[in-house]
Amino acid sequence: MNVDSIRDGIVIDHITAGCGRKLYQLLGLENTDVPVAMLTNVASAKLGRKDIIKIDAEIEVNFDVIGYVDPGATVNVIRNGVLVEKKQIDMPETLVNVIRCKNPRCITSCEQELSQVFRLSDRTKKEYRCLYCETKAAVL
Amino acid sequence: MRSVIDVPDLSLQELQQLMDTAEDIIARPAAYSECCRGKKLATLFFEPSTRTRLSFEAAMYELGGNVLSVTGAGTSSAAKGESVADTAKTVSCYADIIAMRHPKEGAALVAARNASVPVINAGDGGHCHPTQTLADLLTIRREKGRLDGLTVGLCGDLKFGRTVHSLITAMSRYEGLRFVLISPEELKLPSYVKNDCLKRKNIPYIQTTDLEQVIGDLDILYMTRVQRERFFNEEDYLRLKDSYILTPEKMKKGRADLCVMHPLPRVNEISVAVDEDPRACYFKQVLNGKYMRMALILMLLKEAGRL
Repeated sequence: MNVDSIRDGIVIDHITAGCGRKLYQLLGLENTDVPVAMLTNVASAKLGRKDIIKIDAEIEVNFDVIGYVDPGATVNVIRNGVLVEKKQIDMPETLVNVIRCKNPRCITSCEQELSQVFRLSDRTKKEYRCLYCETKAAVL
Repeated sequence: MRSVIDVPDLSLQELQQLMDTAEDIIARPAAYSECCRGKKLATLFFEPSTRTRLSFEAAMYELGGNVLSVTGAGTSSAAKGESVADTAKTVSCYADIIAMRHPKEGAALVAARNASVPVINAGDGGHCHPTQTLADLLTIRREKGRLDGLTVGLCGDLKFGRTVHSLITAMSRYEGLRFVLISPEELKLPSYVKNDCLKRKNIPYIQTTDLEQVIGDLDILYMTRVQRERFFNEEDYLRLKDSYILTPEKMKKGRADLCVMHPLPRVNEISVAVDEDPRACYFKQVLNGKYMRMALILMLLKEAGRL
């Protein structure tokens, strides 16, 4: 299968196979009007199988979302058909308005204007907890 | 602005200072009776409480200060839909320090982030209740003479009991402790507390459902109430509420220097007959709570430059 290479835009590469859809959703790409291609289960020398997201425009991408969903994914910025920047994304210390706290007793459940803030509580377990009630974020 | 939302907000050195101040207040109450003259504590209690609110208010009065009080969401602007953030900003205009209890977890943090005066968390749902833990620590230090090298039994609702979680978190910072976790299967200590506080620090603990089997091993027995308000299901509450009742018979198996504690209020988990036992320390704990709140109010007002 061929997908045209992009001239100006962003390629999110080395996404763990199966994580692409979640990333697509949390990045809000279903609501964008620029061309986006998602490739799943692409052969990869490094990972065996991987997902790739190609965005055919240099839109603003929340790197924290990528670091949360799949730390280790890479972001390539393409301008005039040339790779100008390559970023390895790590887990962010804080996630703001990416996921919601599921605890019905949390203050964020009744005060909707509060930002949904999660802090990285355990890097080895990839565990985030709500800043307010310390409830663990649901596993992706 | 420094606030206290949870016990880890205080360093071990600060805990020691607070306990030392509380001991000094106990020894020389007159020396502190004018310390907060002209200062105002706002007690914002959006959830029922008797002892915690009265303890804060008594603490401020004994420091020579005044109290502004809101009790129950129904009588405050919260009933009109005001946010915790706006309430905190507004009350900061009237008071020098705020003590807040709220049914929602994390409400005290929201208040602290928006207030321009120190905020003390007086309980945010089932989450944290740091001043109860301060009372507990002072009680243990006064009764046992130390906070390390103790075998601490916690009995009852270890799942929803915020005082239990806070006490384990606080005590896990001291050396040579051993915990005995006594609860029905359904109310066992959550795994995240075990992992974060006990396993990570290699603190030995055992879990059991049998109080009588282990009571003889304990330096401290911390009883808790099964709290109706923490259950979504009334049937579960009714089934579990009488799991443990401490009686004079069971106390016979405890050591002579056992210290029995309870955050109160009790329902029936400690028989009234146990009150006569010199090892019953739960009413001393109430008094110690007032002294620790006095010490904390003093510390935060000084740090905020308001004293």
